[in-house]
Amino acid sequence: MIGNQAMTSPQSSSDRAAAAPLLEIKNLEVGFKTQRGFIPAVEGVSMRLEAGQTLAIVGESGSGKSTTAQAIIDLLPGAGKVTGGQILFEGRDLTTLAPKEMQAVRGNLIGYVPQDPMSNLNPVWNIGFQVEEAIRANGVAKGKAARARTIEVLQQAGLADAEVRLKQYPHQFSGGMRQRVLIGIGLSSRPKLLIADEPTSALDVTVQRKILDHIETLTRDYGTSVLFITHDLGLAVERADQLVVMYKGKVVESGRSVDILANPLHPYTQKLVAAAPNLASRRIQSARRPESTRKLDIASIGSVDDRMMAKADARDSGPSENLVTVDDITKIYRIRRGGFKTDELKAVDGVSFTMPRGTTTAIVGESGSGKSTVAKLMLQLETITSGSIRFDGQDVAKLKGADLLKFRRRVQPVFQDPYGSLDPVYSVGNTISEPLRAHGIGDKKSRSARVYELLEQVALPASTVNRYPNELSGGQRQRIAIARALALKPDVLVLDEAVSALDVLVQGQVLELLTDLQAELELTYLFITHDLAVVRLIADTVCVMQSGKIVERATTDEVFDNPREEYTRTLLEAIPGAHFEFGR
Amino acid sequence: MLGYVGRRLLQLIPVFFGATFLIYFMVFSLPGDPIAALFGERPPPDSVIAAIRAEYNLDEPFIVQYFLYVGGILTGDLGTTYSGRPVEDLLAQAFPITFRLAMLALFFEAVAGILVGLIAGLRKGKLFDASALVVSLLLISVPTFVLGFILQYVFAIQLGLFRTTVGPGAPIQDLILPAIVLASVSFAYIVRLTRASVADNVGADFVRTATAKGLSRPRVVTVHVLRNSLIPVVTFLGVDIGSLMVGAIVTEGIFNINGVGGTVFRAITLGEGPTVVSFVAVMVIIYMLANLLVDLLYATLDPRIRYVK
Repeated sequence: MIGNQAMTSPQSSSDRAAAAPLLEIKNLEVGFKTQRGFIPAVEGVSMRLEAGQTLAIVGESGSGKSTTAQAIIDLLPGAGKVTGGQILFEGRDLTTLAPKEMQAVRGNLIGYVPQDPMSNLNPVWNIGFQVEEAIRANGVAKGKAARARTIEVLQQAGLADAEVRLKQYPHQFSGGMRQRVLIGIGLSSRPKLLIADEPTSALDVTVQRKILDHIETLTRDYGTSVLFITHDLGLAVERADQLVVMYKGKVVESGRSVDILANPLHPYTQKLVAAAPNLASRRIQSARRPESTRKLDIASIGSVDDRMMAKADARDSGPSENLVTVDDITKIYRIRRGGFKTDELKAVDGVSFTMPRGTTTAIVGESGSGKSTVAKLMLQLETITSGSIRFDGQDVAKLKGADLLKFRRRVQPVFQDPYGSLDPVYSVGNTISEPLRAHGIGDKKSRSARVYELLEQVALPASTVNRYPNELSGGQRQRIAIARALALKPDVLVLDEAVSALDVLVQGQVLELLTDLQAELELTYLFITHDLAVVRLIADTVCVMQSGKIVERATTDEVFDNPREEYTRTLLEAIPGAHFEFGR
Repeated sequence: MLGYVGRRLLQLIPVFFGATFLIYFMVFSLPGDPIAALFGERPPPDSVIAAIRAEYNLDEPFIVQYFLYVGGILTGDLGTTYSGRPVEDLLAQAFPITFRLAMLALFFEAVAGILVGLIAGLRKGKLFDASALVVSLLLISVPTFVLGFILQYVFAIQLGLFRTTVGPGAPIQDLILPAIVLASVSFAYIVRLTRASVADNVGADFVRTATAKGLSRPRVVTVHVLRNSLIPVVTFLGVDIGSLMVGAIVTEGIFNINGVGGTVFRAITLGEGPTVVSFVAVMVIIYMLANLLVDLLYATLDPRIRYVK
């Protein structure tokens, strides 16, 4: 595009509009006022976005990427403040606008699509109301025309029966549908810029793909520029022309996204590229095929995955017995429909698989496929409707009293949300030793020794013992959850989306830890996830679930290299960046 | 919806019988002889006592007395007091006054409480918020009769804005001051409840999204913050209707109001079973209707709650 020399000459304002980028951020400084003083979050960030182009800001949580986006439309949370720099939108500095002027920019010129579709629609107003409200506020249409436009917006958003669904409430919509509504709201007044802050990170891969395609189609039709905020490198490469990599509040690298990912210069970008599991899945594939090693240059830095590969190879040779045998299990939930009527929901439908000792079995599927129900059945948190799960030769459904307690000791869970699964008023030491106390193992002294041993196993310093969950990061918390699960020296860990809530780098560390522990303690993992890319790194066998049934079950390599089922292929296709060709 | 309301109304029947039975039993078990209390120092001849006991069925076993009372209700006879006044008269005289007082208090606490709570919640940590918290704490900790006498002294006696006590027929202008006193504690709770709820909702994702849509601040606050914040407040208000109706004894005493609280209190000390039970039964029904109203309002405010047909 044309340079910004014209910016300096104020008299040629018409030239300026044509020549200047749509959005230009210059030396932006943002900070948060806290009890411990002023903490800078964004330090001297600059970037530019030309009209009609797509720019992605990539970085881990806490890198300042969302703060930058929120600063553009003055939506920083309470204590946040822009302390320096300029945000030029069509040549106008947004940081100097009065609240009323800013209100006219929001929605009208700059649309916004938030991260979590579950929490971003007001639960007490119907969908039609919330869309129409945006249309009226921006003066797009009035009266009856506003209603007609609402229906049009929702139809474009992919709601075929929009007219009927206007009166429905957010809780009657699926996550993907809600995100479509939010995109519809963001684009309802055809803004010049759409800010999409992690628009799909809360969604399944297949839904994610549809949503991203949808954003792409609409913005291309309207000529809207898009600013993506994402932690997903694959997504950034696939969808954005330009890339800005942020780390600790600063821009560490920027330029054409294809160039950056093929040839990352900054060490942080290199780490990010190496840790991104979706890209890694290609590398493992390449490693098995010597002829394609040329394409391996981006992975040449010693990454998580090379080491994991070595371990996986070592593991392949060892034969083992089946520790767990799942035979034709079915789970039916009865849903009350009022009165004495009930509906039956078959959450799990005739599922069978085996788990050899010391291996990882992954169950993959979209939300609602029944994969988490399988985890609950395995943990005996729900009763099986029919079929059986045999653990070490025993039918787990028949266990009672002391035997059940013993079973629980040997099969331990790690859940998805490291924030929700740790008691905030329990210190780390108490949390880890709680299972020991519950099962009456050891005395105070030996329990304390075991806690330190476990902390060492999950690579946390001994001083962590007296800290509380709120003082720790997500990755540290998940390590504690794993330490707690290991406290009783179990044979099986049921990992239900255990790394889904973590950033790529942290995710890589936790996966590595899990692999180490598996080798060290001969653990057997049941790994439940929606993220196929992670599966590639950790699983030996994969079961692909769809509507309660296992549609494909094979070794990890088979599933990835030769998926037999159409559904598996759809899942694989949907991984962002799966088709990206490295090198130029 | 109608079916749901119908079922809830049907539930009133067993609750009515259960409540009246329990209350009747409690009054029956009270120590002391109501007839002896009626005459004081000089007891009347035994024949007179016997006649009175027979008239009020006092010699019958408890269960018979109860069923005689219930039979009376079903034929529209609520019984009489020991002074010979029909209980219906007492109800008709006391309830309208208390009802007016309670509604006025409810109005004050709801309107003022929600308004103050909303502003405090939006300005969390600022001067207004801090003052609202201090004032509400004061109102909660100062006993009602202290506040009652202070307001009576300042506004009625010194400033002469109101009459010191409520006149006959309890006109609305006389009830304003007592209603404020009666509402004070609940007002403080509503301020705190609304404030906490608003402060929570202001930070909600959907509020940020509403702002990002380009809505004006007043619209975001009223449409997206207030409605969501009212859900817990409405629950509190519903429960409060009940306590306002029955908890006015102190306030009624200070302002000399002839309402439900005083009447029931006198009836209990005199051991007048039918009077106590009739009043309590009406209170129970009011309480249940108020709760039904709250549940319906709740579903209107929060569409995620829908009652099974």
